[in-house]
Amino acid sequence: MDELCADKLGVDDVARVMLSVSNLTMRFGGLKAVDNLSFEARTGDITAVIGPNGAGKTTVFNCITGFYRPTGGSIALTHADGARFALERMPGHRIAATARVARTFQNIRLFAGMTVLENLLVAQHNVLMGATGFGILAVLGLGRYRAAEAAGIEKAKYWLDAIGLMSRADDPAGALPYGAQRRLEIARAMCIDPVMLCLDEPAAGLNPRESDELNHLLLRIRDGGCALLLIEHDMGVVMRISDHIVVLDHGKKISDGTPVEVRADPAVIAAYLGEGDEDEVPA
Amino acid sequence: MSGLRDAFLSALVALGLFVPLVGLVTTPSDHGLHLVVRPVATAVVVGLVFVGRLAMLAWRGRTRRDAVKANRAFAERITRAGKYVTPVLLAAAVALPFTGSRYYIDLGTLVLTYIMLGWGLNIVVGLAGLLDLGYVAFYAVGAYSFAILAHTFGLGFWTCLPMAGLLAALWGIMLGFPVLRLRGDYLAIVTLAFGEIIRIVLINWVSLTNGPNGITDIPRPTLFGLAFSMDGGDGTVAGFLGIEPAVIQRIIFLYYVILGLALLTNWVTLRLRRMPLGRAWEALREDEVACRSLGINVTNTKLTAFAIGAFFGGFAGAFFATRQAFISPESFTFIESATVLAIVVLGGMGSQLGVALAAIIMIGGLEALRDFLSFLGDQMNNPVFAGIASELPLYRMLIFGLALVVMMVLRPRGLISGRTPSVAMTRPKEIAAELVAQGRG
Amino acid sequence: MAYALQQLINGVTLGMIYGLIAVGYTMVYGIIGMINFAHGDVFMVGAFLSLIALLGLSALGITSVPLALALTLIFAAAIAALYGWTVERVAYRPLRGSFRLAPLISAIGMSITLQNFVQVSQGARVKPIEPVIPGGIQIMNQGGFTVQLSWMQIAIVVITLVILGIFTWLVTRTPLGRTMRACEQDLKMASLLGIDTDRTISLTFVIGAALAAVAGFLFLLYYGVIDFYIGFIAGIKAFTAAVLGGIGSLPGAVLGGLLIGLIEVFWSAYFSVEYKDVAAFSILIVVLIFLPTGILGRAEVEKV
Repeated sequence: MDELCADKLGVDDVARVMLSVSNLTMRFGGLKAVDNLSFEARTGDITAVIGPNGAGKTTVFNCITGFYRPTGGSIALTHADGARFALERMPGHRIAATARVARTFQNIRLFAGMTVLENLLVAQHNVLMGATGFGILAVLGLGRYRAAEAAGIEKAKYWLDAIGLMSRADDPAGALPYGAQRRLEIARAMCIDPVMLCLDEPAAGLNPRESDELNHLLLRIRDGGCALLLIEHDMGVVMRISDHIVVLDHGKKISDGTPVEVRADPAVIAAYLGEGDEDEVPA
Repeated sequence: MSGLRDAFLSALVALGLFVPLVGLVTTPSDHGLHLVVRPVATAVVVGLVFVGRLAMLAWRGRTRRDAVKANRAFAERITRAGKYVTPVLLAAAVALPFTGSRYYIDLGTLVLTYIMLGWGLNIVVGLAGLLDLGYVAFYAVGAYSFAILAHTFGLGFWTCLPMAGLLAALWGIMLGFPVLRLRGDYLAIVTLAFGEIIRIVLINWVSLTNGPNGITDIPRPTLFGLAFSMDGGDGTVAGFLGIEPAVIQRIIFLYYVILGLALLTNWVTLRLRRMPLGRAWEALREDEVACRSLGINVTNTKLTAFAIGAFFGGFAGAFFATRQAFISPESFTFIESATVLAIVVLGGMGSQLGVALAAIIMIGGLEALRDFLSFLGDQMNNPVFAGIASELPLYRMLIFGLALVVMMVLRPRGLISGRTPSVAMTRPKEIAAELVAQGRG
Repeated sequence: MAYALQQLINGVTLGMIYGLIAVGYTMVYGIIGMINFAHGDVFMVGAFLSLIALLGLSALGITSVPLALALTLIFAAAIAALYGWTVERVAYRPLRGSFRLAPLISAIGMSITLQNFVQVSQGARVKPIEPVIPGGIQIMNQGGFTVQLSWMQIAIVVITLVILGIFTWLVTRTPLGRTMRACEQDLKMASLLGIDTDRTISLTFVIGAALAAVAGFLFLLYYGVIDFYIGFIAGIKAFTAAVLGGIGSLPGAVLGGLLIGLIEVFWSAYFSVEYKDVAAFSILIVVLIFLPTGILGRAEVEKV
């Protein structure tokens, strides 16, 4: 983490820093998908990563969530209790289970053949699994599984209510309309009780009304104390809800700041907004 | 008209296929092989293809959509009927020994063994979506573990049963640990190779397994320490109950043992399915990447499926050994793995009832076919059939192979293809097969 | 040294046969992503067809060995190709686009069918023939051990290389090969672009079966004895070879075949004949642990 940033943010902000990516580099063969990237994301903020196609946004996500092992650099995550995790060295499932970073996918990845409720319960696997005595005791009807499952269903209900899918709890996830699938994927990710949620183009393919509902959901999650990191193409969504924007182009950071700052940044206009996307930016 | 043309073309292809292999038979003679020509047999086979193709076209005359609709209606009917079929089947299974027919009890024992194997493999293939082509290896490990433990330490069936299961599970873990991160068909070939390795080792490690000759005199199971022995003295079931000893008593007892073991497998599977572990298996089958993003340890979860599947395979193996009192590597060939896998897939991947029905149809069918063919052979006293009558039993596996192809073409998703949710807020609704994934691992 | 050289010769010969069969597995897998379990049995059918043709030709009084062999090869390849086509048409095409395991079970069913069909029609007993091309050349003599290179081995290597050469030309230089490669890349896209994918898949099976028949022909000549069961074992080995080389890769299939052949022969020569298959399979497992997509297989990049 460079000092320059700390200066600019002030003491108060440093205490709130949660994800700190420094000098992240990811190489595929000869191609540098991410090049020496550093940025931070803070609790209580919605941080957006934007950039033209092929700028390396999803690669950054895959590095943070452990699907790729970065070629270089570090990704540090700090919990409110001070626990620190070096995400670049952890396997993917541990990042979700112990560092508590959840994610969604660009192409929705629900368990299509399982019901909405089952999707939300699978997300609570590690908690519930502990309560079953790792499978063995519960088969015999021992352990405190029954209570744990009831609690799990309560949590699922909370999120079903939040995404407005209570009435469809027993329908297969694959049968839901597209917008509902997007929301369910977010709810499922929230069921692991994340401290940070990474969303890969959550508004893609949504109509304006669904997009609006999504905004509300995201703000609600942010206000619940979970940090949000999102990749988004829809500038309307980005400008309206983000607190902080990081702009990438060709794997490099070209701008970093509040929506107002970023919009005014000539480098951004040249690289991205200059390509005819101005009309999408609300005046 | 086009039908006739089509059938004619099929017959033409058949002519090309069968003239060399059916029409010309390599026959040993004094100086090497020579060819014997069989025009009649060839004509019959080609004629059968012609008629069969015509019949098939006529049957398919219904439009494609009708067929799809009929198929779906059938699926719905059988799924709805499932609720009633299960208790009926269970009652029939419990009542079977009261027929007193040794033939039916033996057949029932055989079918139940395959049901148990099917249920065990269903955990791996149907629930977790891992393709295992070497399930027979665990069956063999169970059988040989019991036989060797019994011979070396003089232990009985009930002591060895859990050990056989645990040893099989241990092998499952040992194999699974390095290879479970392989995807799909790579896993298939590795498990297939493992099955072959076990079989070859069983043949060649003569000092341990007695090689191709197998192990004999494997102890029979006891009932609370009482043996099923023909002498009827103290310490035998007949002596204790004060009844006349008879072989059928042991046969019936074995039947109930396998029924109990199969039901145990079923019970554990059904319980686990409603637990986080079972749900994680199914989630893994649906989408492994999503599982990882939710903090599920994919390798460990796969490993548990593999180990528990192997555990029940080991149980079935121990039962097989005690029932036959004799085992040899011949009983553990790839065809066994293939049969059990076919039972699982035909059953409908994940459906417990489907697996049971598929085992009844396939194993029962295979036995019925054996009887039918030998009956047919006996009827053919006419010298015209002289050559065929003795060969008829050989047609059994040929028909079995064709039946596998036909069943898959007709019902690619298996008999009961829908999925019942493991938990529901209000009322569980059946999930259509089209939505359920079959796994990539 | 001499002993090792002899094993090398034997291993390469056997590896060529495995390689020819493995190409069929890898081609089908590359295009429709299924394990064609019946392929080993098509190889066996090819061996029987060769046997029948040889016997038939000698009964017809054709005594010229090269002519008889050429005719046999053509006949076996042609009829086996018809078998390959029929197997695809009957057992796999109706299941196209269906669930992953249905074609696999159908293929296992087809394998059982072919095996038992040959058993019923040709009998279960082994079929021995006289050596067709006897003799060979001595390469070296060291301490009483002579290294033999038989004409048969030379023939196998030459025929395999010629056939593989023709095949490579077919796949890389002809419009047919181009459509095959297009289907391998993306079946759906290929069909959208107007490629008759059904025809291309059929052709893949036809070519694969013909290559397997060549392998069957060579197997018959080399070992001089066949039975209805050879397809299963050779099939598993060849499939292992295809996976070892990286399934979907044509050079990988040949390389894998050679490796399996060499492993088997060297293990038999220096350790034990009984465990040669264990050695081959164990090496497969070990290789896959370190190279999960085989030696020449393309690494799968996981798209998330």
